[in-house]
Amino acid sequence: MNSEKHENLKEIAKNIRIHIVKMIAASGSGHPGGSLSIADIMAFLFFNEMNINPERPDDPDRDRFVLSKGHAAPVLYAVLALKGFFPESDLRTLRNINSHLQGHPHRLDTPGVEASTGSLGQGFSMASGMAIGTRLSGSSSNVFTIIGDGESQEGQIWETAMTAGFRGLSNLCAFLDYNNQQIDGYVSDIKDISPVREKWEAFRWNVIEIDGHNFENIENAISEFKKEEKKPTMIISKTTKGKGVSFMENNLTFHGTAPNDEELRKAIEELENA
Amino acid sequence: MLKGSLRGQYGKTLVELGEVNKNIVVLDADLAKSTKTLEFGQKFGYRYFDMGLSEQDMISTAAGIALTGKTVFASSFSVFLTGRVFDQVRQSVCYNNSNVKLVATHSGLGVGEDGATHQALEDIALMRSLPNMRVIVPADSIETKKVIEYVSGEYGPFYVRLIRGDLPVVCSEENNFEPGRSEVLIDGDDLVIFAIGSMVSKAMEAAELLKNISVNAAVVNLSSIKPMDEKTVIKLAEKTKHVITMEDHSIYGGMGSAVAEVLSQRSPTKMKIIGVENSFGRSGKPEELYELYKLTPERIVKEAEIILGK
Repeated sequence: MNSEKHENLKEIAKNIRIHIVKMIAASGSGHPGGSLSIADIMAFLFFNEMNINPERPDDPDRDRFVLSKGHAAPVLYAVLALKGFFPESDLRTLRNINSHLQGHPHRLDTPGVEASTGSLGQGFSMASGMAIGTRLSGSSSNVFTIIGDGESQEGQIWETAMTAGFRGLSNLCAFLDYNNQQIDGYVSDIKDISPVREKWEAFRWNVIEIDGHNFENIENAISEFKKEEKKPTMIISKTTKGKGVSFMENNLTFHGTAPNDEELRKAIEELENA
Repeated sequence: MLKGSLRGQYGKTLVELGEVNKNIVVLDADLAKSTKTLEFGQKFGYRYFDMGLSEQDMISTAAGIALTGKTVFASSFSVFLTGRVFDQVRQSVCYNNSNVKLVATHSGLGVGEDGATHQALEDIALMRSLPNMRVIVPADSIETKKVIEYVSGEYGPFYVRLIRGDLPVVCSEENNFEPGRSEVLIDGDDLVIFAIGSMVSKAMEAAELLKNISVNAAVVNLSSIKPMDEKTVIKLAEKTKHVITMEDHSIYGGMGSAVAEVLSQRSPTKMKIIGVENSFGRSGKPEELYELYKLTPERIVKEAEIILGK
């Protein structure tokens, strides 16, 4: 049963990845690496977990998702389009002058985007605020967010880590996209964020470590999050930057560079035959 | 003149609003006793969050709470509510157009003895440069109450700049606050003085002094800096042909600059901008600082003589 569900999610993640490389190639700029690395988590959240419905985008009891690492906008746009918030054909307009798909997510432009993000650290605090707000309203909805490992160097991340831990925001579930790369190089070389588990535990979070490309891992982690009643949950997700396209995997160039025509052809071929 | 506390009135009004509007949430950053949000916290604890010394977190969290349908007030000193968190205000509050009201209770030289580190002299410049942000500087406790009531019922970002000390009551009880509407406190034909906050009563004193040299000066409380009452600004500039502005803020980018932007493009008028000139503040009592930085009624008289050619 589970394996059938996971096969289905694999297929969705494949479509998400194809959309990512296509839209970034079409726009000529964007961030493929960090978008591909969280495609599996995004597929699981949007197609198996979250209570969201494009017909009722303002439902006060909907689950919220905030992409704190806003530069991974392409992966968010891909899932929102596949979910039916807007036509898939809009994806190829990414970053165009007339497009509703900004370089970084903007909630006033794009249906389904809950918060405008891109200045790192702020989405995480906004997600924490949403967890406070929905809890105040007596809603049972959950708030999901993804932060980057480079983003974890922002001081604001730790201000919010302290707030959410102290206030026991058990309706807040964060994923750390731990691919160990940032624009200028390896996170462990630029400013190492380890030890990660110990840091989040010290800030009073429920910490789970997973392989961020393994659906069974993702599923188990989320069910642990739901059982936790006192602490916010941090799911440290070991990921591969550029996952799914061999020449983008762990390749620093593809943090923020669009594939050319030949690279796009190869990428799609690989993804389709995976 | 009767005096009143603006921040005291803010705290009181918050509690009154909190009784009737269950949607109001208040955040502070370890200055609750100074900003006067404490009473709201004591009465409505579940809707009150002291975020501790984490201003960046406070601003983005305020935006997040607001995005779930709440009306969120966040308070601190102006220096920590604008400059320290400029990017959070820019992105989490303004770019998201979230329903957040920033109320700064300590601003300008009026902060006094704490000195330059705590005296924001550029907050109006910063806040009025942001899309979606509206900037209001109440002149007394009466206007503070009106403004806080108004912003609590109007969607979107506001920056309300209050001051630590008590100020003379200059505004009338009549009329509700409306953004983009100013109050002409004294009418006059020879000169118009636009003032905000603690400078309004000084401008009124200056108008009295100017009578001694046969100058009839109008005095306008220009509390709504953005949007601005352009109609009244232009009307009085055209009537009097001479404009003086005075504010407890840098001469760069503040209310005077905002008036100059309007007049230079629509009705060029001889004017003088009085404020703090390319300098930080320092420790001292507010009135001593106003003397030292030449923000006094006598200064207005001197500048009036110069632009009127007397």
